[in-house]
Amino acid sequence: MTVGRYVIKRILLAILSIVIICAITFFTMHAVPGGPFNKEKALSEATIQALNQRYNLDKGVGTQFLLWMKGLVTGDLGVSLKNGREITSIIGESFPISARLGLTAVAFALVLGTILGSIAALMRNKLPDRIIVFLSTLFTAVPSFVLATLLLLVFCIKLGWIPVWSASSHNYLLPVIALAAYPMAYTTRLAKTSMLDALSQDYIRTARSKGVSRWKLIFKHALRNSLIPVITYAGPEIAYIITGSMVVETVFTIGGIGSKFVSAISNRDYTLIMATTVFLAFLMVVANLICDLLYKLVDPRIKYE
Amino acid sequence: MEKNTNQLPKKSILSAQIDLSKFSPATEDEKKQQDVMSESTTFFKDGMRKLFKNPLAVLSIVLLCIILLTIIVAPMVVPYGYSEMLSIEGKRDKTAKNLPPFTYSENEQEYIAQGNKRFPHIFGTDDLCRDYFIRVIYGTRISLLVGFFASIIVLIIGLLYGSISGYLGGKVDLIMMRIVDIIYSLPDMLIIILLSVVLNEALKFPTGTIFAQLGTNMISIFIVFGLLYWVSMARLIRGQILSIKENEYILAAKSIGAKPSRIIRKHIIPNCLSVIIISTALQIPSAIFTESYLSFVGLGVKVPMPSLGSLANAAREGLQSYPYKLVFPAIMICLIVLSLNLLGDGLRDAFDPKLKR
Repeated sequence: MTVGRYVIKRILLAILSIVIICAITFFTMHAVPGGPFNKEKALSEATIQALNQRYNLDKGVGTQFLLWMKGLVTGDLGVSLKNGREITSIIGESFPISARLGLTAVAFALVLGTILGSIAALMRNKLPDRIIVFLSTLFTAVPSFVLATLLLLVFCIKLGWIPVWSASSHNYLLPVIALAAYPMAYTTRLAKTSMLDALSQDYIRTARSKGVSRWKLIFKHALRNSLIPVITYAGPEIAYIITGSMVVETVFTIGGIGSKFVSAISNRDYTLIMATTVFLAFLMVVANLICDLLYKLVDPRIKYE
Repeated sequence: MEKNTNQLPKKSILSAQIDLSKFSPATEDEKKQQDVMSESTTFFKDGMRKLFKNPLAVLSIVLLCIILLTIIVAPMVVPYGYSEMLSIEGKRDKTAKNLPPFTYSENEQEYIAQGNKRFPHIFGTDDLCRDYFIRVIYGTRISLLVGFFASIIVLIIGLLYGSISGYLGGKVDLIMMRIVDIIYSLPDMLIIILLSVVLNEALKFPTGTIFAQLGTNMISIFIVFGLLYWVSMARLIRGQILSIKENEYILAAKSIGAKPSRIIRKHIIPNCLSVIIISTALQIPSAIFTESYLSFVGLGVKVPMPSLGSLANAAREGLQSYPYKLVFPAIMICLIVLSLNLLGDGLRDAFDPKLKR
């Protein structure tokens, strides 16, 4: 298969999964017993009818779905059931915070993970290797919410080194650490195995026998090849960071999209849940698509199947 | 004509036949050298031997055994229930609120001063005067249960789907794998949250049944696991079967006339079994992670049933004054996940035939 056909196929698959997510979201939300206006106290018949008309609830499910999809495409996500605000503006103001947090965490995890993994591989069975392996094993066993709460407890409350998140003080350090710990530990393990694998290849021996210097050998030959599995992990990592940021933002009371989602869940704010799910799912699918395409670009040996 | 083995037929000059007269029969001593003294080792025994040589794996097995034993024995020993508010001789003890570990409330101290005995609150009590130790124990039970059953569900669905796809091949395989591709590209955690929210409202169980006791959230966790997480297992098993089918030893077995049943039993199953066991073992901690995450978001088991995630979530409120309420369930989750991860890694090192050097 040629590159072009592969790209088209992946894009089609991505579009298909977004449509499926939209459908799942819409129809599961419709399975919830009771209409969205159940919570309001004793609305008059006429009001309910007017509301139903306003939100197209008097039409068939299929038409509603199409109307909703049309709204999504045109950027109209409806209003929150809880406070009647436009969902587009809720996402618009909370997403930049989450994006900044998430991207910092991704960069942190990938860069530090690769460096630590390579160090562990190069100093195999020595003390640094053992320490790195121990820590990375440990951190893959700590859920992000536990780490976030512990960090908050120790550094914000007990020691008071870092101020608790508020409108006036935005300290990203602790949330980023809490968010990046698991993917970093995972990247470290991945980078270590792939570095070891790369170091045992024939081209490394060839390069060494040619008299290539140690640093050039590591950076130009081994590291570049060992990065490929790390790139593959970037897609799942972004998905992890997006879901992880929900709890981390909630713990640190950061007003990002994740904490909005969690509070929407506890408020049973269905329109907001629906819109946020679709938005986050869209992000994940696109991120995965980009990572997949990048991965194929980086490694010409991979066949397009 | 009688054949004499020691007498050789006449040898033609160009024949490659060996000249038996140059050989002598083995003596009894020499025959003994060929005897196999040690028991022949099987794949399983070999793996277990390797597993028990791995100190981390042994440590994690010991740790898991201790945890299992504790969660079985502790509810029999500790005289409190997980949802029981503490009381002394039928009277509710309202002073037993938020006690630190190993302390007694004022009423209990009086009670002990009168010469009675009272079981200690190992982890203290919570804000509803419930013994925290027993809540953590029950939380661990729930978390392990979820992890175990979710993995079994994933295993069964993945095994069936993957092996059908792998065996049949061709068009069926293509279509089945397209479906897998699509499910795989869905963001699982979001769908899980979404389904939990909805199933919570939609599912209603008659009270008194075990389902009602577990709560709709728990059932929905199982359902969403069954719906979404089998995909990678199915992929793995299909890949295994496909690659094993292509191996030379299968061809060799076929060429010497082995029946398909023998090939499946002797070649395919043993070769994928290790991979299946390992990935199931590694599935358990990830299920526990997911459950605790959902509980933390507020979609976990039904109150008053505790799970480690919901305990950690509840502990956030009084974090400043009662940090130990977070620490106990947090350590428990970490210990369980860590030991299961290490055990899974150990199993992989011991049982994965491809890692043999």
